[in-house]
Amino acid sequence: MANVIKLKKGLDIPLKGQPEAHIVEAPASEYYALVPDDFHGIVPKVVVKPGDKVKVGTPLWFDKSNPALQFVSPVSGEVSAVNRGERRKVLNVTVKSDGKKESVEVTVPKINELTGEQVKEMMLQYGLFPFIKQRPYDVIANPDVAPRDIFVTTWDSAPLAPDFDFVMKGQEIDLQAGIDVLRKLTTGRVYVGIRFGSGVNVKGAHTFVFKGPHPAGNVGVQIEHIAPISKGETVWTLNAFDLLIIGRFFGRGRLDFSRLVALTGSEVKSPCYVRTVLGASVASIVGDNLIPATHHRRYISGNVLTGTRLGEEDYLRAPHSQITVIPEGDDCYELLGWALPGVRKYSISRTFFSWMSGHRSYSMDARLHGGERAIIMQGEYDKVLPMDILPEYLIKAILAFDIDKMENLGIYEIAPEDFALCEFVDTSKLPLQAIIRDGLDKLRKEVN
Amino acid sequence: MKTLRNYLDKVKPNFLPGGKWAMFRSVFEGFESFLYVPSTTSLSGVHIHDSVDTKRTMSVVILALMPALLFGMYNVGYQHYLALGELSVTGFWPIFFFGFLAVLPKIIVSYVVGLGIEFIVAQWRGHEIQEGFLVSGILIPMIVPVDTPLWMLAVATAFAVIFAKEVFGGTGMNIFNVALVTRAFLFFAYPSKMSGDGVFVRTLDTFGLGAGQVCDSFSGATPLGQVATHTGGDLVLHNIVGTPLSTLDNFLGLIPGSIGETSTLAILIGAVILLWTGVASWRVMFSVFVGGLVMGTIAWLFPSSVYPASFLSPLNQLCLGGFAFAAVFMATDPVTGARTRTGQYIYGFLIGLIAILIRVYNTGYPEGAMLAVLLMNVFAPLIDHFVVGANIKRRLKRAERRKTELL
Repeated sequence: MANVIKLKKGLDIPLKGQPEAHIVEAPASEYYALVPDDFHGIVPKVVVKPGDKVKVGTPLWFDKSNPALQFVSPVSGEVSAVNRGERRKVLNVTVKSDGKKESVEVTVPKINELTGEQVKEMMLQYGLFPFIKQRPYDVIANPDVAPRDIFVTTWDSAPLAPDFDFVMKGQEIDLQAGIDVLRKLTTGRVYVGIRFGSGVNVKGAHTFVFKGPHPAGNVGVQIEHIAPISKGETVWTLNAFDLLIIGRFFGRGRLDFSRLVALTGSEVKSPCYVRTVLGASVASIVGDNLIPATHHRRYISGNVLTGTRLGEEDYLRAPHSQITVIPEGDDCYELLGWALPGVRKYSISRTFFSWMSGHRSYSMDARLHGGERAIIMQGEYDKVLPMDILPEYLIKAILAFDIDKMENLGIYEIAPEDFALCEFVDTSKLPLQAIIRDGLDKLRKEVN
Repeated sequence: MKTLRNYLDKVKPNFLPGGKWAMFRSVFEGFESFLYVPSTTSLSGVHIHDSVDTKRTMSVVILALMPALLFGMYNVGYQHYLALGELSVTGFWPIFFFGFLAVLPKIIVSYVVGLGIEFIVAQWRGHEIQEGFLVSGILIPMIVPVDTPLWMLAVATAFAVIFAKEVFGGTGMNIFNVALVTRAFLFFAYPSKMSGDGVFVRTLDTFGLGAGQVCDSFSGATPLGQVATHTGGDLVLHNIVGTPLSTLDNFLGLIPGSIGETSTLAILIGAVILLWTGVASWRVMFSVFVGGLVMGTIAWLFPSSVYPASFLSPLNQLCLGGFAFAAVFMATDPVTGARTRTGQYIYGFLIGLIAILIRVYNTGYPEGAMLAVLLMNVFAPLIDHFVVGANIKRRLKRAERRKTELL
């Protein structure tokens, strides 16, 4: 492993609730759900109705603009509801599990006998392709565009994120099978980003070791330091947690959407890993593993920076291998909080006296801690974005929707997740990820 | 504490749109968020936020200004009793109290006028009251002479808040530093009350306190005022009763000058607070001092009786006048300064350079630091423009390089 890339900028937020290295088998969830919004950039056309019997791998919907792109049921059972919101937008499709995990019949040839086209077709058909995202625009990859390269990150460096080394145990061959499959999908290179000190070892790919604070594990940051994206180029990105599912299918011939999920956060009594299946209900994962309390809580699928807010009756979202539970904080008022020393308040600046309390972890709630303002402080974003990008100017260009400037300042290289830490540290409390998402979506519409 | 919260919750509906006091909504919100940290939680994006907000940031700046302000109050009293020749018979507290009484009305006038306008504009535009003026409001009394009349201060503050800030869109949108516009307005509208020998030392009483006759050797000229009127060769600075001043005296700051600007030591304590908490940019602060030192050294190496300020040693240059204050509290204003990292070095360096350039080679104007900052406020966006341009060029070059690699 010769290629070690050290990053200085960034921040590891010291949160309470790091998952401990033991696995709990979750009780089987009665219902499972798949949410179209989790697959950014597609328009779902639902092909099932309540009452239909489904197996693991039966399509639930496809993408209107690309009908080959199928989204399949993660469990076997019966479709219980297609929930729709305003203007008949599909909110989710729920499936009542029969507990049998029966999958559609499929014969998978050996990987080295497959061509790239065959691999792609199988992935599209069995609902594995949606695990691949693309840059520019950070959307589900367009299968018709050949990627320049494919980037895999095996390191989730976000706060309290699951440790891939632990999750991978016993699945090393699935990871290797996944890499072998990806090599068929591109004429370019397959790059794998690895955490410094990790035991991940893959063959047939270009590996780069990254060292430094979050967001060093973000695939966008890794691309920037390995082979940056220029205008007109497309690359595909994956995270290794999803690649295990792909590898499992091609290596063992088994369509199996089970995952090891990290249950984390300061509200969790004993943070751990839970074995479950994609789309399982949050209740089945969290159970009664919470600290008794009367205050409001926030359930998040994913991590505290980029995750999706859930209701208590909600489901583990498809892209995530983590559930985080933190206090909501909307029920506490602090008298003159801005003037108090604030020894328990975490800040990257030393404006609170928590810097005197030494290294410790914090239990942070969902409060903004202030009102939205114009951008006042300078250089805040730069401190946590290890990319050759001027974040403030890019944000301003997006707000003004100046396409030339956005292109020139590197909009094609970034995803909202890369700006999550900027949003966290922002004194002005601006919704930066939403601004980036909006800018990418508008630009995609404008350019295509 | 509970009672207060309950009371606020009870009266809140009156201030919401449609309530009977809806016209004071911004004021209510301002007070509510002043009393309690708002408990709004994130709706999109990150679920947790850093605890810091603009209120906290501004509070830290005010805290950092405190050493200079308290020293300034003491110094106002010190200069007064020195002029009266009663210094040895007056204790620490009466001296401080005299200065406190002399400075307090200025702080009140600046805040009442500035915040009043801020409240009205916030309500008119329907947004929250923004914290920017909390800092400007305390900076303004610190950069004027003690004998500038209050009504002038009020007029200048109103002018600056309206025409330098609100017309541009409020806090975070202004091109010029609000406090410096106040000072520039005062300087050009009422020069006789902003410079010269008569305004920097209070010789009359304050609210009946400290009445008396000035002693015979008294002259109220500041060190830079003495420099400006100096003719001939050797230059020896002296205090208001004729005792010579050393560089250490100038550094400690028991000399006549604008209220908060005299003590480089007190200002440096503030600088440490700003840098340690991470509120101000060390790049700007550091390069202002470097710029000043470079220009000061150049002037000192080529002394000329035409330009008497060239007799000052580079260290004296940094300690005298408003240089240190401008470097620590004015140049580091994030809104009006350069925002890119490279830009900050250039911005700071030029401020330091131009400040001493004006001071030494424009004999009509003995103090250049504040004007240098205002001037560079204008050029900050230009500097950033070039830094951003360099980033863009780098990206285009990278794309070119990849293309040729692939061919």
